[in-house]
Amino acid sequence: MMERRLRRTSLYIPGTNPGMLANASVYGADSIILDLEDGVPVSEKDAARILVRNALRAIRYRGVEITVRVNALCTPFGKDDFEEIIPLAPDAIRLPKCESPEDVRQADALMSELESRNEIQPGTVQIIAITESASGGTKLSEIAAASPRIAALNYGAEDYTADIGAVRTKEGHELDDIRAKVIVAARIAGVQALDSVFGDVNDMDGLYAEAFRVRQLGFDGKSVIHPRQISVVHSAFTPSEKEIGFAERVMKAFHEAASRGAGVIALDGRMIDAPVVARAQKIIALAEAAGCLLIEG
Amino acid sequence: MSQMNNERTGVSGSLESCDALVMVVFSPDCEGLEIEIDSPSIASFGEEMRKAVRETLESAGIFRGIVKIQDRGSLDCTLRARVETAARRALAGDVREKVNT
Repeated sequence: MMERRLRRTSLYIPGTNPGMLANASVYGADSIILDLEDGVPVSEKDAARILVRNALRAIRYRGVEITVRVNALCTPFGKDDFEEIIPLAPDAIRLPKCESPEDVRQADALMSELESRNEIQPGTVQIIAITESASGGTKLSEIAAASPRIAALNYGAEDYTADIGAVRTKEGHELDDIRAKVIVAARIAGVQALDSVFGDVNDMDGLYAEAFRVRQLGFDGKSVIHPRQISVVHSAFTPSEKEIGFAERVMKAFHEAASRGAGVIALDGRMIDAPVVARAQKIIALAEAAGCLLIEG
Repeated sequence: MSQMNNERTGVSGSLESCDALVMVVFSPDCEGLEIEIDSPSIASFGEEMRKAVRETLESAGIFRGIVKIQDRGSLDCTLRARVETAARRALAGDVREKVNT
């Protein structure tokens, strides 16, 4: 299984904005999305592709995952995006309109060809699949299993709800169905589940409530469209002191049992099995990322 | 600037901060490349900017023409991207509305 990278926030950066491209890594997001797709008008697709390619060549983005949302291969822009971007080996591409395993396999094949041609180890660039239709929502497990490059599943809230005929609301109950599908498919495949954006950049309370809820549901992170949303989502993804304290005790008991060669671990009269250890590891990783890990003593 | 029949013009970029507005007129009738740059950085980085423009255009196969740049503090990679885009648009015969003739 591939390394589980911290992706609490993924910040969209329009591929047409040189100032934001230059400063993309300073905002504090775990991942940045250099966007060639919906954030770019059709008349500027060529300019954004060249601008993002040059930014990837010239700018040292430190301490952040670099991803590029390319256009889908079924559009007139997708193939050119792959040919300019894959040779620069970003950490991952965000693949929109991922509605079948064939969409992933087609992207995988082209990426392998481009990696080989540019002397990059095949499989280096990961894929974060974005599903945006009712049809795609029924094939998430197959999409997640279609390539070892898949690092995470994501969905496009606006396109998906338009496709199923739902009304968008602040509460977001119309997304309950796709969120459940994304989480279950991601867990089966052993990849991450990433939530879509919260569109109102002025409603920080609403953003916090939604981010907190999706973390409870099992999501590993959430896309953001404005730098001011980053700290709010990180806060929602920061475990409570009680959660951190319990996770530390679980890990201590786990390590002690492992050193004794004991097969069964108990803590406070409760059996600690693999899922509890996995959850504790995830909480500790989130706590470390938030800089709030408790010191035992 | 007059637009002759065998000239093709491409424009890219903007006048936003950190960007540059670039117009490339691909003109086989010119003697060479005529580069005009208006930039707050011209005193310090004028030569580097001209070099970047010239290299980018020559890579695109343009050796004769006129380039006009209104720079707003663009990085080297941005300037090269804008010039390359404008050059490709010029070669494609893509005359954009922003061109002031």
